[in-house]
Amino acid sequence: MCGIIGVIDRNQELMDGSNIRNALAVMDERGSGEGSGYVAYGVYPDYADLYALHIFYDTIIEPKEQVEELLENWGMIEEDEEIPTYEQSRMEKAHIPWRYFFRPNRKLMSQSSTPDDDIVTHIVMTINTSIQGALVFSSGKNLGVFKASGWPKEVADFYRIEDYEGYIWLAHNRYPTNTSGWWGGAHPFNLLNWSVVHNGEITSYGTNKRYIESFGYRCSMFTDTEVVAYQMDLLVRQHNLPLHLAVRALAPPFWDEIDRMDEKNRDLNRAIRLTYGSAMMNGPFAIVVATQDAIVGFSDRIKLRPLVAGTHEDRLYISSEEAAIRTMEPAISHITMPKAGEPVIGRVIT
Amino acid sequence: MSIGARPMRFLVTIDPDQCMLCGRCIENCPYGTFRMENNKIKVYSRNCVACHRCISQCPRDAISLIERPVDYRSHPVWTAKTREDIYNQAETGRILLGGMGNTIDYPIIFDRMVLDACQVTNPSIDPLREPMELRTYIGKKPKKLDFLVNEAGDVDLKTELVPNLQIETPIMIGHMSYGAISLNAHISLARAATASGTFMGTGEGGLHEAIYPYQKNMIVQVASGRFGVNIDYLNRGAAIEIKIGQGAKPGIGGHLPGEKVCQDVSCTRMIPEGSDAISPAPHHDIYSIEDLKQLVRSLKEATEWKKPVFVKIAAVHNVAAIAAGIARSSADAVVIDGFKGGTGAAPTVFRDNVGIPIETAVAAVDAKLRYQGVRNEVSIIASGGIRNSADVTKIIALGADAVYIGTAALIAMGCRVCGTCYRNLCPYGIATQRPDLVARLNPDEASVNVENLIHAWTLEISELMGAAGINSIESLRGNRDRLRGYMLDQTMLDVLDIKPVGA
Repeated sequence: MCGIIGVIDRNQELMDGSNIRNALAVMDERGSGEGSGYVAYGVYPDYADLYALHIFYDTIIEPKEQVEELLENWGMIEEDEEIPTYEQSRMEKAHIPWRYFFRPNRKLMSQSSTPDDDIVTHIVMTINTSIQGALVFSSGKNLGVFKASGWPKEVADFYRIEDYEGYIWLAHNRYPTNTSGWWGGAHPFNLLNWSVVHNGEITSYGTNKRYIESFGYRCSMFTDTEVVAYQMDLLVRQHNLPLHLAVRALAPPFWDEIDRMDEKNRDLNRAIRLTYGSAMMNGPFAIVVATQDAIVGFSDRIKLRPLVAGTHEDRLYISSEEAAIRTMEPAISHITMPKAGEPVIGRVIT
Repeated sequence: MSIGARPMRFLVTIDPDQCMLCGRCIENCPYGTFRMENNKIKVYSRNCVACHRCISQCPRDAISLIERPVDYRSHPVWTAKTREDIYNQAETGRILLGGMGNTIDYPIIFDRMVLDACQVTNPSIDPLREPMELRTYIGKKPKKLDFLVNEAGDVDLKTELVPNLQIETPIMIGHMSYGAISLNAHISLARAATASGTFMGTGEGGLHEAIYPYQKNMIVQVASGRFGVNIDYLNRGAAIEIKIGQGAKPGIGGHLPGEKVCQDVSCTRMIPEGSDAISPAPHHDIYSIEDLKQLVRSLKEATEWKKPVFVKIAAVHNVAAIAAGIARSSADAVVIDGFKGGTGAAPTVFRDNVGIPIETAVAAVDAKLRYQGVRNEVSIIASGGIRNSADVTKIIALGADAVYIGTAALIAMGCRVCGTCYRNLCPYGIATQRPDLVARLNPDEASVNVENLIHAWTLEISELMGAAGINSIESLRGNRDRLRGYMLDQTMLDVLDIKPVGA
């Protein structure tokens, strides 16, 4: 199960979190009250050129000291604070969410062409695999993930999500199977500017994990969704694939279709399948991925999970349920059901 | 001193009430087990190799065969086999030879691994109703693709792909030479490979004219004896394979006895009729990994870089590092032959004691290549003891791209695994060059049997994938998450990098 929804405003007009909170709650039938989460892009305009690291601490003593020591080894913490939270009667505050605005020292990774991103990726992988009691769950610029165990409205109210404003929002209502109740297991998953919400199960996880780990990523979240974020980072940021071709690699057309394409497209699609076969994802899934300037939604190659797209004025909505889209935008003018594997992409105007 | 007669290995008896004295057993047994005397069939059981040819042809089911009717006194250390080997060597002073694969009762790791299936949280996929993709490309693939995006936003592929072999099933037929097996066997396998959309290896025996119609499905082999190799041969194949070693006899060469070098074999191999064809242990132009690289590139140069070049090695302890070296040599695929692999003839001490199982070899090679970031440089073809579709599925989940089958394809043509391939007397017309025996194998029938086998396994693999919620073989490859070890110890689980059942 699980319910997902995402929205982008192409003029980067900001939306507060109240609408998506209500839309996500419409899909409570798809969840179990054990995990909900939101990500918004554009929430930290004052720190837009710094990495906003959101970290769950079990305690703010030992793990926090270790994390801060690591951060200071690799750059400078410009600002930090506990993320404000507001007690909800049913929810237990299992972790203390903290945020840092961090500037990496790029001289420390001079051999890389993307030193800042590589430093932050390294920090995220290190904290999540080797510092007990600390978990980085958001590491992009001018964006923030807010998630916890609870129903969508509880988690939204816990963070007062209506206080945040973003031009892209993704949200996820979880029915857990892999890890119950764990805050880290809630979606969205994030690495750098990539955020992912996912409904389904990735049966190719073992293959994807081995593939992505051979490029230095470490799967540490005990769930299959994180490979999506890492693979998008690899394909788009490191290998410079256009977004729609990255989706093509993750959910490629069948050989039957490829064989029928004209020569140029046949060669292109064949090359993608040959080169990125291990990145291809199998199993039932509907996914929405966001990055700084776009969102993309796509389902598995035989559409075993629902995915609906809607457009209204300058906004694109992608969700598991049409009802959720209509909750956000009752006047929605155009609703479509994307075909299996076909990407739906919304971009900001630059 | 004479050691004296040993207990018979097999006792053959004929039920006189059933027998109608048709004499088919006499005609069919090339080992001379039967003869007619005074209107009765007499049996000389000591000649029997348990090939079952007589049983397969007896119209009355009159023949019985018992293994070890009289056995040695049992002993846990000095088993019948150890004693017989000693008697044999005490009498002859020679290296013992044997056919087929490893005969020691090592645990089979395949049988200690179980596959996964979907329940509830993800739906299994029905291959009868949904597409199921087994198409595989064997060859070098780029690590990343480069594109040119023009102003209109059109994307052009900049990266050029090198030739790959396209197969519609991950099952290929391994290298068994014309010479070791008969021309009819070769034709049967070649037809089956062609009909199945897959490929077959020539072995180190050259390419007989009768196989030319199937050459686009043949992988031509270059081994240490270089038998049958010329530019015409290289150009005819779809790919070229350099054979360094073989799982049944790692570290040593090959030997085709002169009895099997008939006129046709002599022409195809380009050696004198009746002469032993001896392939040396190493290639005498390959004494290092750099030398191998030169041969790979020479073969590619000779064929204008149009053909993938494979390198076949036996699975030995250091297989992962060797494969990593091969991956850097311009080779397109590494073939790994496990210690359960078959052979026409091998010293039994090698066949039974040297090398490692294919399961561990593939696990180690895939891990090493990924760790070094060169997994896309080569495809991995696994061979040596692949017995059924479950083995194929499991080895792909461990990281192989495709498999070679050998013995299984021979069994599909009637072979009963009697293990006497080196005597040129194969009563099924498979591992022999004696014209009357070769004539027993009808390529029209045998090719269909092999094709059926590949088809049946392919269907089973589709079903196993569908049950695991996977509709493309790329998502099975290296998907060790879908395997669990059953009663394997922790060290073996670590080598295979799989979890135990229940975890």
